[in-house]
This record gives sequence, structure tokens and C-alpha cells, in this order.
Amino acid sequence: MSRLTDLTIAQARDGLDRGDYTSVDLTAAHIAAMAAGRDLNAFVTETPDIALARAAESDERRANGAAKSGMDGIPIGLKDLYCTEGVLTTAGSHILDGFIPPYESTVTRNLQDGGAVMLGKTNMDEFAMGSANVTSYYEPVKNPWSLDDGKDRVPGGSSGGSAASVAGHLAMAAAGSDTGGSIRQPASFTGIVGMKPTYGRCSRWGMVAFASSLDQAGPMTRTVRDAAIMLQSMAGYDKKDSTSVERDLPDFEAAITGNIKGLRVGIPIEYRMEGMPYEIEDLWHRGVDWIREAGAEPVEVSLPHTKYALPTYYIVAPAEASSNLARYDGVRYGLRVDGGDLNEMYANTRGEGFGDEVQRRVLSGTYVLSAGYYDAYYVKAMKLRTLILQEFQKTFEKVDVLLTPTAPSAAFAIGEKMDDPVAMYLNDVFTVPASLAGLPGISVPSGLSEEGLPLGLQMITKPFDEETLFRAAEVLETAAEFKAQPSYLRGRS
Amino acid sequence: MTYLIEGETGDWEVVIGLEVHAQIVSEAKLFSGAATEFGAEPNSQVSLVDAAMPGMLPVINEVCVEQAVRTGLGLEAEINLHSVFERKNYFYPDLPQGYQISQFLNPIVGEGIIHLDMPEGPREIGVERLHMEQDAGKSLHDQDPKRTYIDLNRSGVALMEIVSKPDLRSPEEAGAYMRKLRAILRYLGTCDGNMEQGSLRCDANVSVRHPGEELRTRAEIKNINSVRFVMQAIEHEAERQVEVYESGGDVVQETRLYDPNKGETRSMRSKEEAHDYRYFPDPDLLPLDITQEYVDAIKSGLPELPDAKKERFISDFELAPEDAAVLVADKDSAEFFEALAEGRNAKLAANWVIHELFAVLNKEGKSIAESQVNADDLGKLIDLISDDTISGRIAKDVFEVMVSDGGDPAKIVEEKGLKQITDTGEIETMVDQLIADNPDQAQQYKDGNEKVAGWFVGQAMKASQGKANPQMVNELLKKKLG
Repeated sequence: MSRLTDLTIAQARDGLDRGDYTSVDLTAAHIAAMAAGRDLNAFVTETPDIALARAAESDERRANGAAKSGMDGIPIGLKDLYCTEGVLTTAGSHILDGFIPPYESTVTRNLQDGGAVMLGKTNMDEFAMGSANVTSYYEPVKNPWSLDDGKDRVPGGSSGGSAASVAGHLAMAAAGSDTGGSIRQPASFTGIVGMKPTYGRCSRWGMVAFASSLDQAGPMTRTVRDAAIMLQSMAGYDKKDSTSVERDLPDFEAAITGNIKGLRVGIPIEYRMEGMPYEIEDLWHRGVDWIREAGAEPVEVSLPHTKYALPTYYIVAPAEASSNLARYDGVRYGLRVDGGDLNEMYANTRGEGFGDEVQRRVLSGTYVLSAGYYDAYYVKAMKLRTLILQEFQKTFEKVDVLLTPTAPSAAFAIGEKMDDPVAMYLNDVFTVPASLAGLPGISVPSGLSEEGLPLGLQMITKPFDEETLFRAAEVLETAAEFKAQPSYLRGRS
Repeated sequence: MTYLIEGETGDWEVVIGLEVHAQIVSEAKLFSGAATEFGAEPNSQVSLVDAAMPGMLPVINEVCVEQAVRTGLGLEAEINLHSVFERKNYFYPDLPQGYQISQFLNPIVGEGIIHLDMPEGPREIGVERLHMEQDAGKSLHDQDPKRTYIDLNRSGVALMEIVSKPDLRSPEEAGAYMRKLRAILRYLGTCDGNMEQGSLRCDANVSVRHPGEELRTRAEIKNINSVRFVMQAIEHEAERQVEVYESGGDVVQETRLYDPNKGETRSMRSKEEAHDYRYFPDPDLLPLDITQEYVDAIKSGLPELPDAKKERFISDFELAPEDAAVLVADKDSAEFFEALAEGRNAKLAANWVIHELFAVLNKEGKSIAESQVNADDLGKLIDLISDDTISGRIAKDVFEVMVSDGGDPAKIVEEKGLKQITDTGEIETMVDQLIADNPDQAQQYKDGNEKVAGWFVGQAMKASQGKANPQMVNELLKKKLG
């Protein structure tokens, strides 16, 4: 490894300990990479001064033998929905124009307390609504992976800026957030590891809400081990979030043993979707072979309610969003577009402040909660959600982990699927079920499409069994030997 | 007396249900740590949660839960161990979140009862439910000709909404219900009941019908802030509805406001304009699950409530039920009375509180807590009557001094020389003088006209400026003239 920006967190941690380089060195290298990589549009706000100051503090701690965690001195990106004290926070939306929070979200506070160095705020789909990072007010993010056809690929979404920054080596890791697949799907599209912990593992306090019962913070890294190290710093009970769960944090990295002998790995037959590209199915088969060779036992399982997950999600998430986004009304902060009276001011502000996809979801969410439709949509969706959860619970009596594709395709070109929201929503078909059930899931880069774009495989475990998840994912990662580099890195000078 | 409105098409009965919003007594708001003190500088008691900053989350204040359960128990109501907070969605600038966190399908308290003492007899009014919810902020429309100012101090303050069944049948019953509910809340210490400061607000659902009919369409009168206005608003609204029906119209379901200056209700918004609140369970909060042990512990700590206190006053102090009812109607009055009656003649104490003290307080528009005369001093005054230091009549004079200037009654008696004359010689001299001065009356007395005895006593009191012991005067007259 000649470049500091090519290091993994684990490698950098060891190098910092050995004194091969300082955090300031690491951070400066990433600040340069971030500046050089502006074409990717991965960051909404760069914070080089804060980064260097925190890096210097980290070096001082380490010199005194008081490094705080595995993240101490590690330069990372933060998805721009984490409220960061004194730093513009946009959630990718025009409506949060000029919003500088006077407070720090719990997750980013935890990372900061662990010594992590904030490089900047990463671009994202507006209010985390999207699967391609094309709904951001701050323009689409480009996937560092491209082909020779001259078309830029989407990085997936909604944590597209985080994914691109990690895949493009602008940041060593990034904090994402996952509501229906917003960490895992972009991880798959950009050839990195993206992990969504159990709902309640990370505090949602200070995180701009999309769908409260689904939103969960998680790490986006280049290796499974790095994800374990980073989650260790992010997670933990927070009494300020009533849905965060009070239980001890295991040592996630220690759970990575390389041994999955005897592990029962469920292969859900319903994830074999009609019309799914052959290359996805082929990769999945290879994944099954890899874990079998590693001594685990693949078991076919059935999750018959899987087909209802996507429609259920697209009722529950917009319903919550329609209410969560009501606070953006032009009265107290962010954008205000005046009008002749109060209602006009609301309409002008929200009409200009929210993009099309956000408006679409606010409208559909409002609709499913309306008198006369509530029972037919919202109540039914909540019942299905319970059924989906119960089905997972039953399945996890028989298996320890599930193995599925992460997304039904590789990254598509920017501009595709724009006229068809449903086609766009289908991106989340494999990630949404675990989200609805609150289960931890991880996407591991496992191969390339025929065209040469990265593809991920997803693993899911039962609630709060992130240890098994990391252990199994690391074995999958090792077996997959994913070494391909995005075109963007090949083009670096 | 049944309250009926006489119309051209016959008598009309009024059907009333009340929704009372009671601010929970707590240091902090329902879902944030901000303070709740009344009258603070605008926007000085607002947390990030109350202002609905991005990413802020509500956390339930357990004190408020305890207060709601306590209130439910005080209303003899069913406590629901499982309740759910839901979001009531609507846009308004003083509602920062764009929704109010409330309870809808699963409130913390179910059906209960409030007992009323009406002149025509006892009445039981059903309570439908009690739920917790957040208050909104306040819009100030009069600070600027063009703009509205927002004060978020109230935003997020914990309220209990207490909903009655449509069991009330007259403005008087509605007034009695409000006063009784307020008394119970104050006894429990769960709401200070202060309507002027907005700690207690009332929405009245009013409809009219011919007796025996099914319920007709109701109108809701919003945000009434005094018991008197509640009664007036109902009266005016009922009359309006009767007029609408009798002129061939139909009452429409709508929200109305009461204008106390004009003595009328007027339409605020119709059913068509009504909000669709889109209630759904708040995903930021887990369902509220409490245990029976928790409820039992609160129950064991409940204070004596007005109904029980009234019974005790009747049985222990032998008070007339009307007097007992007057005394327990207010927690402070009941406590004042009990302190006063301790070791004294309870009936005498009750009389002094009800007839003397209340008269003064009513005249001055003061509550008993603001009384210039405390129970201790009033007790000393009663003691002076009981040990014959002063007569009841003199006591009233002393009381007046206590009200106007304050002070220890014994000292007042001493300083003003009001001590009762119980010296036989002094009274005998006075009586002899009276007999000598009034031979006609003396003769009448001797002839057996007993009425004239009263006249003599009156004269003696006059001559002694009220200080003569009237009993002694009587006895001496009998001795000398009988």
C-alpha cells in the first residue's frame, strides 16, 4: 500500500500505533483526495479545518498513549442527515437551506468521542428518499465505477455520497443510514461493505428522520472488519431515543473468527425473483458454494410473505415520512418562501423546498393515513409487517443467517428509471424485508457483473446477533476475493 | 328541576358533553426536559424537542404518567395498563412538529364517574376517557399589524384531556361538573385548576332534542376559559339550536366559539373544513406499558377526595350535608375548616368559615389561600367566644378588625376593651338603672309580658356597647322583676 488513502481502518489503526504516519498525515491525504474527487459530488460540505484540528488532537492523544478507540484518528465522511454542531446539515434538501444545528447527533457524537475525524458531510438522496442518489438538491453523486460507454453510473441510494466517498477512497469509511436498504444497496453498487445494525442498536437522536420505525445508522467501509470497528464506535443505548435498546455492546471485531463451521445458512427461495438478471442468480449460487466450502450448512428456507414487503414498505415509510416532514414548514428554520397568507407560505415553502420524490412520498403517505383509507392501507401494512417479522423469527429457529442478493441489478446509468418510480423502488426488494423486521443486514462485495460493475451479497441475522453477521460476512468476503478497483481509482494520478 | 327550553314545538332538552383540558402539574414537559412555569418570558422555556428541530425525539416524562394514573384513580376510572401515543397531524405555526402527540385509540384511562350534588339530588356523570397529550404553543396576533408572533413556552406542556359522556342536562350541571372536576384535580395535586392561566380549559359539545328522542347533531364550543362562561355558552348555544330547529332549519356539526361580550356563539369551522388528523401510532415512542403494582402503589398514596371528605364531615363533625358540601368543594377550604375545627365546636367553626369568612372573601374576590385571616387566628377568636371572653356579636366586630388590620384576636379584644362584662355587680348596677329609668316596661315584665325581656337585654347591650353578658342580664331581670 503506497497511498494512505488506500488503507483500511484496521491497517491505519495499526500503522498509527506503530507511528508509520500520523492522523494528520492520513487526514491531509484524504482532504486532498476529497478535493481531487469533487467530480464525484460525494460531499455536500467539506470540513478540512475541523478534520485537521481533530486529527491533531488524535495524534496528541495517541502520543500520550490514550487513543480512544479503533476509530481514533480515522478520517471519515458523515451522511448529511446527521446533525453536526456548527456545521451545515441539509439532508440533501433545499428546505434545510442554511440550517446549522446547535447540537450533535448521538451517533456522530459517539464517533467523535471515539476520536474519528470528520472530513465532511456526504451527499444523499433528499431526506434519504431514493435508491440512486439522484434526488439530492445538491445534484446526483457519481459512482466511482463506470464503464467505457461514457455514461456515469449511480452510486445507489440514499447513502450514495457515503458509498462513493468510500469506494473512491476519499474517505476511509463513512456513516450511512438505512431505512429500506439505503446502506446496503449503495454498498452493493459501489463494491464496498455496508452494514445496517439491528433497529435500536444506534440512536436516532439528531438524525434527520425519514421513517422513524425503520431508520437506522450504520457503517460503510471497505472491509467487514472495518465495519465491525466502526459500528463499535457508533452504537450504544441512548436515553434520548425511546426506541434505542438498552443492552451491552459485544466486541464486534472479536466476533470475526474466520470460522463458520456448522453455521446454518438459510437460502430463501422467494428471493429468486422473476426477471432477475442471470448474473445476480449466478453470484448467489457462488455465494452458497463459498459458505458450504467454508463448512457452513446451506438450508433452503421459505419466506412466503417476502413479496408483500415492498408494498408494505412503501405504505409504512411514506406514512411516517409525511408526518416527520411536517416540521419543515418555513416557520422556524431552513427555507421560507413567503406568500400572501399562512397557507400560501406553507405551500410555497414546501413546494419549492421539497423535490419531486419527497413530494410524491409525502402525498402518498398522507393518502394512506387519510380517513377512509387508513384501514385499507396503513393498518393492513402494519399487519403484514407483523407477519413478515414472525416469518423471520420462525426461520431463525432453523437457521443462523440468511444469504441473499443485495440488489436485483448492478448500478445503472444516471438518468435511468427516472420516469418510473416503481422501477426505482424495486431496487430495495431484497433489502426491505429485513428493514421491516428490524433485523441486522450487511452487503459484502462479492463479484462483478458481466459488464464489470460490482455486485453484493447480503447476509441477515436475527435481532442483536451482529456478531454472527460479522463472522459470516467476513468468511464470505474472504471467499469472494473481491479485488477489483473502480475505474475512478485507476484514473488517479 | 329539569332544565327545559320551552319552544313552539314543545319542550327541548339540552344534552351536553364536556372535554376538559387540564394541564398536568409537573416540573417538566410531557416529552422534553423544558420547564413549565407560567408567565415566563416568551420562548424562554423551549427545548430543541419543543421547537421540533430536525432529528429531535420525544422521551416520556414519567411524572406525567403518574399524574394521569392518579387522576384516573380519582375519577374512579379504569386504568389501561397498555396505552399508545399517536400523532394528530395538522399544520399550524404554533405546532412546531406539525403534529400533536396524543393518545387516540388506546388512552391511559378508560371509563370513570364524577358525582354531582345538585339541588334536586345526586347525579352521576360518566367519564368516557382520559388521555395525555402535548399542548401547542401560543400565537400572538396582536403584537404586530401584519405578522403573528409565536411563543413556544407552552409547546409540549403535558395535558390531560378528560372527556365526559353526554350525560349533562343543564348549564347548572355543566357548571357543577366543572367545579367538581376542578376540586378533584386540586385534591389530587394533578392540575392547579387555574382557568384564567389556561391550566384548565373546556370544550362543550351541545345538542338539543325533545325529551325521549334520539341524540341530534351537536356543535362543539371550543376553548371556554371559565365556569361561568361554560354555563353561559351552553345556554346561548342551546337556545340558538332551538331557534334553528323551530325556524325549520337544521343544526350542522361544526366548531363554534363563545363570545362572552356579545353573549353568543359563532361558527369557527364547519365539518367540511374539519381537519383530517391522520392519527397513527407515534413511531418515536414505544407503547406505554405499566404494571398493576405501579397503579396500586399510586392508589395507596391517594389523598382523601371531596366525596369521602364530605361523608366524614357529616359523620364525624355532624355537619349539615349542605355545609359539608360547601366546605369540601375546595381543598383549601376543607383544610382550613379542619384545622379550625380541631379541638373546637365543629358546627361553630363551620358557621364561621361559611358565613363570615366566605362572605368577606367573596366580597373581595379572594381565594381562601389569600385570606387575611388564617385558621389559627380565627380559631383563637372562636375560643374567645367559647370561654365567654366575648359574645358572638362582639366576635363579629373583632373579626372585622382582623380582616382589615390583621392581628391576634385576644390583643384586639384587649386593646379595644371589648371583653365581655361578666362582673355581677357591674351588670346589676346597669340593670337597676334600666328598671329605674323604664318603669312602664318593668311593669309590663312583671305582668308577664315576656317579650319585654328581650327589649331589656337589648337596652343593656346598647348601654354596655355589646359587652354585657346577655345571659346574666336575663337572669338578673328575672330575679329582680320575676
